[in-house]
Amino acid sequence: MSFAWAKPYEPTSPFMRWVDQRLPLPRLVYGAIGGGYPVPRNLNYFWNFGVLAGLALMIQIITGIVLAMHYYSYAGGAFDSVERIMRDVNAGWVLRYTHQNGASFFFAIVYIHIFRGLYYGSYKAPREMVWMLGLVIYLLMMATAFMGYVLPWGQMSYWGAQVITGFFSAIPVVGEPLRIFLLGGYAPDQAALTRFFSLHYLLPFVIAGVTILKIWALHIPGSSNPTGVDVKDEKDTLPFHPFYTAKDGFGIGVALLIFSIFIFFAPYSLGHPDNYIEANPLVTPAHIVPEWYFWPFYAILRAFTVDFILPAKLWGVLAMFSSILLLFFLTWLDRSPIRSTSYRPVYKIFFWILVADIAVLGYAGQAHITPVTLAMSQLAAAYYFAHFLIILPLVSKFEKPLPLPRSITDSVLHGEKQESAPFGLAATGPTTAAPQPAE
Amino acid sequence: MVRIIGFFVGLGFVGVLLLSLIFNAVDSIQNPPVETAEEQFHLQPASFPLSSDGPFGKFDRQQVQRGFQVYKEVCSACHSLKYVSFYQLADLGYSEAEVKAIANQWATEVPAVNPDTGEASTRKALVSDRFPSPYANETAARAANNNALPPDLSLITEARAGGAHYIHSLLTGYRDPKTYRNSKGEALPAANQPPEGLHFNPYFANLNIAMPPPLVADGQVTYADGTKASVEQMSRDVSAFLVWAAEPTLENRHKAGWAVMIFLLLATILAYLAYRNIWASAKREVSIRGPLEPAFRERMDEQKAERGIAG
Repeated sequence: MSFAWAKPYEPTSPFMRWVDQRLPLPRLVYGAIGGGYPVPRNLNYFWNFGVLAGLALMIQIITGIVLAMHYYSYAGGAFDSVERIMRDVNAGWVLRYTHQNGASFFFAIVYIHIFRGLYYGSYKAPREMVWMLGLVIYLLMMATAFMGYVLPWGQMSYWGAQVITGFFSAIPVVGEPLRIFLLGGYAPDQAALTRFFSLHYLLPFVIAGVTILKIWALHIPGSSNPTGVDVKDEKDTLPFHPFYTAKDGFGIGVALLIFSIFIFFAPYSLGHPDNYIEANPLVTPAHIVPEWYFWPFYAILRAFTVDFILPAKLWGVLAMFSSILLLFFLTWLDRSPIRSTSYRPVYKIFFWILVADIAVLGYAGQAHITPVTLAMSQLAAAYYFAHFLIILPLVSKFEKPLPLPRSITDSVLHGEKQESAPFGLAATGPTTAAPQPAE
Repeated sequence: MVRIIGFFVGLGFVGVLLLSLIFNAVDSIQNPPVETAEEQFHLQPASFPLSSDGPFGKFDRQQVQRGFQVYKEVCSACHSLKYVSFYQLADLGYSEAEVKAIANQWATEVPAVNPDTGEASTRKALVSDRFPSPYANETAARAANNNALPPDLSLITEARAGGAHYIHSLLTGYRDPKTYRNSKGEALPAANQPPEGLHFNPYFANLNIAMPPPLVADGQVTYADGTKASVEQMSRDVSAFLVWAAEPTLENRHKAGWAVMIFLLLATILAYLAYRNIWASAKREVSIRGPLEPAFRERMDEQKAERGIAG
């Protein structure tokens, strides 16, 4: 698809030739994830996370479909049905722990994938559409995860639903009627639970559909790479299969090992104990917190405490949604033509400050509100917006980037990293190892 | 244009956040936060060795059986265990006949319908029944307990931070509020003395729990296996039992976990070797430079041929 030297599909058996002539599905697969997709040869392990995210989606869909066979979306019995799955359904506990921790696994992978995109400039031309489709998937994931968390109908499910749907009531005038319309009542109840279950079953398939669009869009320019230098000729690429399927096989093994530690030896470590108490509209938990993957956003929401022109709650909701929506404009906010942050000495500092900043937001998002944690979330949220909307455009204007390698092959040979260099030649590379002038 | 709009949006959010920060700072200086009695006196649960903890954890069947005896003779008077069935007791090492006897002799009967009249009645519990609740409903439970609701215990170790360690600390944590001193030597203020019907316990979130101390004297339960039933021992045993009640599949989880880990480890090693093997050729293709480069060798061979040197 992407490059002139991409190998076309050649059926090896008469049967496949027969199929290919009538339905070119084998051709499509070969060109998408087979030998017909040339990939830059210098990808590091951070490029494993796209495939891993696909794996996590598959795990969630498969375990989810089986769980749905045993779950009742009935407010008086949802909690009991989850316990029945845990105790009475054959291997139900494996399915449930896998699905429950699988959400965290999925988000952890997607966060690493997003930060990889931020560091290596994957949002820049010509991959803007790939980045934006990724953000759409992320938003769909957030909606799916939230609605899935409501389904066990524990205390945190119920009160989480109460808080999240409460966002809509911050909208002036239409907010409260809109919230009641969406919930099907004044508070989360049977109507809300049933529609959340229905949508929780639907959205993963929407995610799968957008994923197909995303892979389609990705294969036009081809994968990015750690140098950010464009592919120049065939020497710069390797066919996806067998090279990257082999590398992804190893990556999947490591990821599943880590995932299994959580499923089998620490299945409760990422959840909240209150969700093992059945939902009770009359008892508010002492401390309502979302799951860990929403902590930074929860911190931004709670950071606004002053009614300045708009009510504080509306500021919080606007800021929380803006914190994700602004990522859609990233490619226009960052005008630096250099993709990889490795060659951007000034932005590199701000990038790592951003990573630390989001960690601080995460901490503040789960902490009890005290003047100290509140101040932390306010400063960290201020940096978050300043980083993307003020610092990044200015840095990209004034920064002087480091010289780029001449080509991907050049960087593999003797640039970038010892690890990605070929056998025996890393240290004693040819004489051209001197820094190359910027192009 | 995007950058100009973005700049002002960013400035707006940063401005309001800094304004919030200033108000927050001024407010906390004017009204410094006061440490509440809960913060001063609340204690984190102390941990005790539990055989089901850790990746190799297994239930100590003797201990869990003793814990079941404590539940049966003490806790079950007020607390239900609604997700656990009698037949599951067989997992703890009770024989079929023993399980049958336990169900048959259970103090509370199971709600039923009189087959002759159709009126509500009760019958003796069967092995297939879940543990019956000591109260007919929540209202009855509250009426009998000074308006407090004894929570169901089948998930209690998962529903409380600290799990079994919290339960153990709570059961043995009752103190006399009049003489209690915290680690700083402070006495409980008069305003925080437990009101009528509540009991002081520093491990409970708000310090005053409605449940009266359930384990009060050594020997309250006479263990079938002859273990000395100190309060500490009974508390540990019942906590271990509640871990089993909350997750009877815990041992399966650990066992399956090790099988999965070993399988995945081998699969990952093979995948790594396959990866190295496949990439070895790719790296050599790129790496050949200088005298070994095919183009260079071809040229050398040509030159040799020109000069008439063989080989």
